[in-house]
Amino acid sequence: MIQYIIRRLMYTIPLLLGVNILTFFLFFVVNTPDDMARMQLGQKHVTEQAVSKWKIDHGYDLPLFINSEKGSFNKITETIFYQKSIKLFVFQFGISDSGRNIGADIKQRMWPSLAVALPSLLIGLLVNILAALLMVLFRQSYLEFWGLVACVVIMSISALFYIIGGQFLFSKLLKLVPISGFGSGVDALKFLILPVVISVVSGLGSGGRWYRALFIEEVEKDYVVTARAKGLSETQVLFRHVLGNAMIPILTGVVVVLPLLFMGSLIMESFFSIPGLGSYTIDAINRQDFAIVRSMVFLGSVLYILGLLLTDICYTLVDPRVKLL
Amino acid sequence: MIILWTDALIYLLLTTAMVSGFFLRNYEGLKRPLNKIATNKSAMVSMIILVFFIAIGLLDSLHFKAEGQRASGVISVLDYCTQPLWQQTEKTYSAPFSAYLYSKAYITQADGYQSWGFPRLKFGGSHLLNPETEKTADVLIKLIVGLSKGFIFCLSWVGLRALYVAKKAGQSRLHVRPGFVGTTIIVVVVGLSGIIELSTYYHILGTDKVGEDVFYQTIKSIRTGLVIGSLTTFIMLPLAVVFGILAGFYRGWVDDLIQYCYTTLNSIPSVLLIAASILMVQIYMVNHPELFTNLESRADLRLLFLCLILGVTSWTGLCRMLRAETLKLREMGYVQAAKVLGVRPIGILFQHILPNVMHIILISVVLDFSALVLAEAVLSYINVGVDPSTYSWGNMINGARLEMAREPVVWWPLIAAFVFMFILVLTANLFADAVRDAFDPRRNQHD
Repeated sequence: MIQYIIRRLMYTIPLLLGVNILTFFLFFVVNTPDDMARMQLGQKHVTEQAVSKWKIDHGYDLPLFINSEKGSFNKITETIFYQKSIKLFVFQFGISDSGRNIGADIKQRMWPSLAVALPSLLIGLLVNILAALLMVLFRQSYLEFWGLVACVVIMSISALFYIIGGQFLFSKLLKLVPISGFGSGVDALKFLILPVVISVVSGLGSGGRWYRALFIEEVEKDYVVTARAKGLSETQVLFRHVLGNAMIPILTGVVVVLPLLFMGSLIMESFFSIPGLGSYTIDAINRQDFAIVRSMVFLGSVLYILGLLLTDICYTLVDPRVKLL
Repeated sequence: MIILWTDALIYLLLTTAMVSGFFLRNYEGLKRPLNKIATNKSAMVSMIILVFFIAIGLLDSLHFKAEGQRASGVISVLDYCTQPLWQQTEKTYSAPFSAYLYSKAYITQADGYQSWGFPRLKFGGSHLLNPETEKTADVLIKLIVGLSKGFIFCLSWVGLRALYVAKKAGQSRLHVRPGFVGTTIIVVVVGLSGIIELSTYYHILGTDKVGEDVFYQTIKSIRTGLVIGSLTTFIMLPLAVVFGILAGFYRGWVDDLIQYCYTTLNSIPSVLLIAASILMVQIYMVNHPELFTNLESRADLRLLFLCLILGVTSWTGLCRMLRAETLKLREMGYVQAAKVLGVRPIGILFQHILPNVMHIILISVVLDFSALVLAEAVLSYINVGVDPSTYSWGNMINGARLEMAREPVVWWPLIAAFVFMFILVLTANLFADAVRDAFDPRRNQHD
């Protein structure tokens, strides 16, 4: 087991390296730091001095890969690639273009993100599975038909509509919850209800269909027929046998997104002004703060790869058929 | 005649689709799935509505120069057909079918007397003398006139067709229900004709902040939605197909390399990758203004870049599926037999592998379409979508969402964009489901 995990860990190294090089290429080679400086300082009438001052202020004044002016080891460390990219591996995100410490910001902002994303995921999962099980229980009936129709309709509506409509209906007309904002402790609860409900509802369409397909496939298998032949009722068959066996794909599907929950949801957080990482990213995109966007790209990839790793480990724990080699 | 990049690609896509349709028209293997789609009512209705959407999009993709019409002087055939819609602009917001402006202003009457009230619109309902009393009846009359115009048009068309079809009856090889399809087309055409008739007299979906007709904006947005939904898959298909099949077929280091590539790309959250790429494109465009001469081509190139970036970030899913399928196929008896008989790898790839993964490609193309249309709106909201000057539902929503705070609520631009987007996505979803049911061999075992 330990050996397996170590091997999986080793496998993530080239992946992370790839992501790192890709982001570096995207942010520094496609457009040089000079272009970035000019963009930040306004397009026209930018003097060379202003550009180089901006670059020095933000640490972009070094050569890209090899600094020939410096001595032996510093040839590599005194470069943009080392300073801006390699340091991401040890989670040193550096200073944002507006002068804030990105690492500290991330540490502070990931908890509100989690507060929205985790309940959304768990409640959404519960609702989706229940809806799917209901459809499977009443399969080939009008209930299933209309359930599927509802799913298609729900998934055809833009997520923005749910958010804007929900805010308008529940906050502006009915005044049940505040439109947006965030609080600390129990106070946060009233701000969280609407985003969670909206993300559960908007995910119900595709989620319900997906789990239904999963269960339908399972329902036709031999062990289900056996269970029915033994005289178990349909609900027993579904909840004990089918759900139990379908748990493996469900679980692995959830585990892979768990680490990404820290990143939050971009539009949800910005609509409800929740001070999480999602709105942090959006603000950075709108301000064209490349240091933050670059850090978030890398952080997101790390979390995703972590999710893959966890999934693999979960597989081996849950599914006895998967043998460790 | 001015050919923008996306125009050219759209028509290239259309020609490709038509040519392959022409060559495959007698292909036995397609008959059963196509028949299955043809007998599916919801799929046929969706397809007809989609065809109308596509027709509008295609009309909007033929640009030509018309001096003095617009600031840029470039208009599309659709613009030409809907001239009254975009030439008749009001001052600011006005509600759908309203004859009055949304906000109050000083009105100077004929006798020089000024009063404070809602001024009449310059164009919307301007033919009415007294909107309060006449409007409802007038709208109904115009609607009936429009509907009957459409009905007469359909009747004459059906009559002409009856003469033509009578001569060569029994030619159709597909089990299409002519009555059902015909009725649907007639309903859509009659409805459209009613809308067209009304929209020449009223702003049927109101006007926006600068007084532009919202109905015009929504139909202009159709093209953007279609371009993003179709061009993106068109761009990503070659990548996904070539890499997926090669990885599955050759195994070994090719497989390792390709797997590494798509796992790396896949591990970057797609929204962030898109945002980062679009930011880079923005910088590039700002620093190289000489490459983008006018507003139209600038917006067009940004749209193309968006499709490119979306394509590059979305090929991984299909690639993985194709790899898995090819891995299965290469162990099949007929592929092994072909190998033993000395067919070259290229021959095997084209004759045995590619035709057998076609259904996966087709299903993923139609399934991706609706997701991409929805993604456009979200991306425009984060400011990494299409150019702000391009008409798109995302831009409409983005521009209108703050107006929900006004009193009375300005709801029409939002609802218009959502409803049109909903119709397009819903029909695309229903059609995609039918295609998947028809072409996926796993789903056919059960019935």
